[in-house]
Amino acid sequence: MKTISAAALTDTVAKLCIKANTTLPQDVAAALEASRQAEPWPLAQKTLELLEDNLSLAREKNLPICQDTGMACVFVELGQEVHIEGDFEQAIHEGVRRGYGEGYLRKSIVADPLRRVNTGDNTPAAITLRLVPGEQCRITVAPKGFGSENMSRLGMLKPADGVEGVKKFVVETVKLAGPNPCPPTVLGIGIGGSFDKVAALAKHALLRPLDQPNPDPYYAQLEQELLREVNALGIGPQGFGGKTTCLGLAIETAPTHVAGLPVAVNVSCHVTRRASAVL
Amino acid sequence: MQYHLTTPVSPEDLSPLRAGDTVLLSGTVYTARDAAHQRMMELLDQGKPLPFPVEGSALYYVGPTPERPGEVIGSAGPTTSGRMDAYSPRLLDLGQAIMIGKGARNQAVKDAVKRNGAVYLAALGGAGALMAASVKELEVICWEDLGCEAVRKLEVENFPLTVILDSQGGDLYESGPAAYLASLSFPIFARFH
Repeated sequence: MKTISAAALTDTVAKLCIKANTTLPQDVAAALEASRQAEPWPLAQKTLELLEDNLSLAREKNLPICQDTGMACVFVELGQEVHIEGDFEQAIHEGVRRGYGEGYLRKSIVADPLRRVNTGDNTPAAITLRLVPGEQCRITVAPKGFGSENMSRLGMLKPADGVEGVKKFVVETVKLAGPNPCPPTVLGIGIGGSFDKVAALAKHALLRPLDQPNPDPYYAQLEQELLREVNALGIGPQGFGGKTTCLGLAIETAPTHVAGLPVAVNVSCHVTRRASAVL
Repeated sequence: MQYHLTTPVSPEDLSPLRAGDTVLLSGTVYTARDAAHQRMMELLDQGKPLPFPVEGSALYYVGPTPERPGEVIGSAGPTTSGRMDAYSPRLLDLGQAIMIGKGARNQAVKDAVKRNGAVYLAALGGAGALMAASVKELEVICWEDLGCEAVRKLEVENFPLTVILDSQGGDLYESGPAAYLASLSFPIFARFH
């Protein structure tokens, strides 16, 4: 049995909020660079170059990469042998409060979806907790901007729609989103499960590094096919036209009901942020 | 083509601009997002003046991150403009000349752009640090209670923008992807862009 204090959780979450918002994960930066090199359309090339300039400028000036520093989505894989001393959820919210304050990050959360008063400290965090074997606690902070979040979609397809139906739904989602989600995008795709589960799968898919294909060769191939089809739309960086509409996508699946084929697409942007630490 | 413009601008200044051109904008730019637009509509409904001179003005849809001590502004890229579609035609009809944001606009906005000889320009979405580099001064002029959504008066220098909607009905979000896709069938054309 290992003990982790609420204070240590808070401290880690605060640091991860700042890190995630100022430094792009290596795999996303590499995908952006690879896209720029492969982009044949001059305006698109130039646009991708500017997006890379933005990354260096953010690093240099210690500024958030994007002004929408997002809703703080916090994923915790908690070892069963870990004892948390103190209030687990409050510790995470406090970490977000501190990180967004000390990091000069934008506070974008309203306390109520209809009455819309800003909480002023970007809390509460959106916490996803998973119990796993062992005595480690792995924390990932993935701040999510809503320009892209708003373009996400969920569909309850028929089993007869099959893989073609899923592909059509994904491509349609990207087409409908057009220039809005700040392309080039990253897509998290959930297939299967239930209504709630499929959205969680899609969100979780965004946590997988872009250079890691699905371990199942069937889905790894589907990922490649979908990426090709989405990039054939010609939307391009910022929607100005070009080859690079999507930097990468990940599919996560789950068993589902005989009568259903749920699919969800969580749209993210070229500033797909995540930072992790293990306690 | 690249154009240098300084606010306030007239329809004549904007008439040569075409979708796909780039603009380096200098002068005063006001910020407003959803909540500020809503309040501006309330003022207009009550017959009260807007918090800034609207004639020839440029509005930037942005909610910057808080500035660090000693800095002018935080990160300041554009937000999705479509959420302002309900309000923009009214402001354009009152003389607002330039909208700055990112993402698609509806037909009512496109019509108002043509009707008034206005333009819709895109800032680089997700490039908040880059856009902030052109901002030289910042002053919150009203509705401080809105936090990042308060109306700010910015002084910008060579703010890098791309023309999306022009006064002739051009729309880069349609013509840009179409031109790229056409180049795939006729690769030789690509060289001329």
